[in-house]
Amino acid sequence: MSSPDSVVTGAVSPSGRPRLARHVRLTFDRARERHVLLRPEAVVVLNDTGAAILGLCDGERTVAGIVEELRGRYDHVAEADVERFLAGLVERRCVVIDVEDDDG
Amino acid sequence: MDRPFGLLAELTYRCPLACPYCSNPLDLAGYRDELGTAEWLRVFDEARDLGVLQCHLSGGEPLLRRDLVDLVRHATGLGLYTNLVTSAVGFSRRRAEELREAGLDHVQISIQADEPGASDRIAGTPSFARKIAAARIVKELGWPLTVNVVLHRQNIDGLADIVGLAEELRADRVELANTQYYGWALRNRAALLPTAEQLDRAEEVVRDAATRLAGRMDVVYVLPDYYERYPKPCMGGWGARQLTVAPNGDALPCPAAQTLPLPRANVREDSLERIWTDSPVFRRFRGTDWMPEPCRSCDRREIDFGGCRCQAFQLTGDAARTDPVCHLSPDHEIVVDLVQAANSGARPRVEALVPRPHRAGPS
Repeated sequence: MSSPDSVVTGAVSPSGRPRLARHVRLTFDRARERHVLLRPEAVVVLNDTGAAILGLCDGERTVAGIVEELRGRYDHVAEADVERFLAGLVERRCVVIDVEDDDG
Repeated sequence: MDRPFGLLAELTYRCPLACPYCSNPLDLAGYRDELGTAEWLRVFDEARDLGVLQCHLSGGEPLLRRDLVDLVRHATGLGLYTNLVTSAVGFSRRRAEELREAGLDHVQISIQADEPGASDRIAGTPSFARKIAAARIVKELGWPLTVNVVLHRQNIDGLADIVGLAEELRADRVELANTQYYGWALRNRAALLPTAEQLDRAEEVVRDAATRLAGRMDVVYVLPDYYERYPKPCMGGWGARQLTVAPNGDALPCPAAQTLPLPRANVREDSLERIWTDSPVFRRFRGTDWMPEPCRSCDRREIDFGGCRCQAFQLTGDAARTDPVCHLSPDHEIVVDLVQAANSGARPRVEALVPRPHRAGPS
C-alpha cells in the first residue's frame, strides 16, 4: 500500500480518499441491530446511511466517488452531508483522509 | 433503558506494583476468592448479549491470571474489542505472541514517571526497564499502544519528558490522567494533590503536545477534577454505559462503587442482565430522579449527572448529594479547603506515600 503524501485531519475535500483509521473496526452489533465503530476507548453507533458511507471508505475511492456511488443506491444524497459526516469522524479520529500532494 | 458499551473486567487485584494512587479497594482481603475461568467466560457471554462491545481486561495485574490467553480468545471470538490494561510486568515476548494470536486488540501499559528512578520508586519495585521492553514488543507485534500515566504532585513536573518517552516508544495514544481520589489514592491524597502552578504548566505541555503530535499520537488528558468548576460526568451516567465486574464477581456501575453502602450484586448469584436491569446497586442512581438540588433543576444534569457518587460519599458521607467538586454544591468548601492545603507553601513537594500491598495479607 502506498503511503499518503499528507494526512488531513480537519477539512474534507471531494478528492480526498477516506479510510478507517488504523485500529478502528467497523462491525455489526446484533444487540442494537446497528453498525458500530470500535476504537480503543470509544464506540460510535452508526445509522444505516453512516454504515453505507463507511463501507465505501476503502482508501481508494474519493469522497466525490463515494457520493456518486451512494446516489446510485439512495435518493437525495447531498455531498455536504457526506462531507460533514466524515469530518465528524475525522475529528473523533475514526477516519483519516489521504490527499494527494499538489506540490509533489 | 440503555445498554452498556463497555465491561471493565477486573480479573484480579493481585499486582506486582504497589502504586500509592491505586484505585483498588483498601480491603484487598475481601477479593481473594477470584472468579474461575468458566465463570469469566460466562460473564463475557452475558455481557455480549447485553450489548457490551468493549472488554477492558484490568486489575490489579491481569497477566497474573494464568488463563488470560483463554479469556482473550473467548472475548475476541464474541466480537468484543479487547483491551489489556497492564503494568507490563510479566509481559514476555512469548506471552505477547500468545495474546496476539488469541486476538487481543489493544495494549495499555502504565508508566509511573519519565525516568527509571522515579518510576520505580512510585511503582514500589524495579519495573521501568521491563515496561520499556514490553512497549517495544507491543509495537513490533503490530498492536496499537497506549501509554498510561497517572499524574500527581510527585511526577507531574516531568510531563514533557513523559510525552517525549511515549513518542519515542511510538505510542498511538498517551493517556495523561490526573489522579482520581479513590482507594489508595484517597489515603495518599495530601501527598498526591498537585499545586495550581504545577497544573498550569502541565496543561501548557499538554496543549503543545496535542498540537505538535496531531495525526500521529492521541494525547488524552484527564482533568484534575478538584480544580474544575463542574464535576466529571462519571461513567457517562450511573448504570448507563459501563459496568465493572470485580475479581470476586461483584458487578458494579463503576470500580469505586464498592465503597458505597448499597446492596451487593454478584455474577455468581445472578445473570448480568438481571443485575444491569433490576439490581438495587445499578438502579439507585440511574437517570435523574434521585437527584437533590442544585442538580435537579440544573441544566447540566444530563451533562455531568451530578458528578461522581463515590466522591460525594467519600467527601460528605452521603452518596446522594451533589459531587462537592461542583462549585454549585453546598459542600464545595470541602474541596476548596483541600486545594488550599495543597497550595499552601507548608506542604513539601515530595512526601512519603503509603504503598498499596501487592496482595491481600492474612485476614
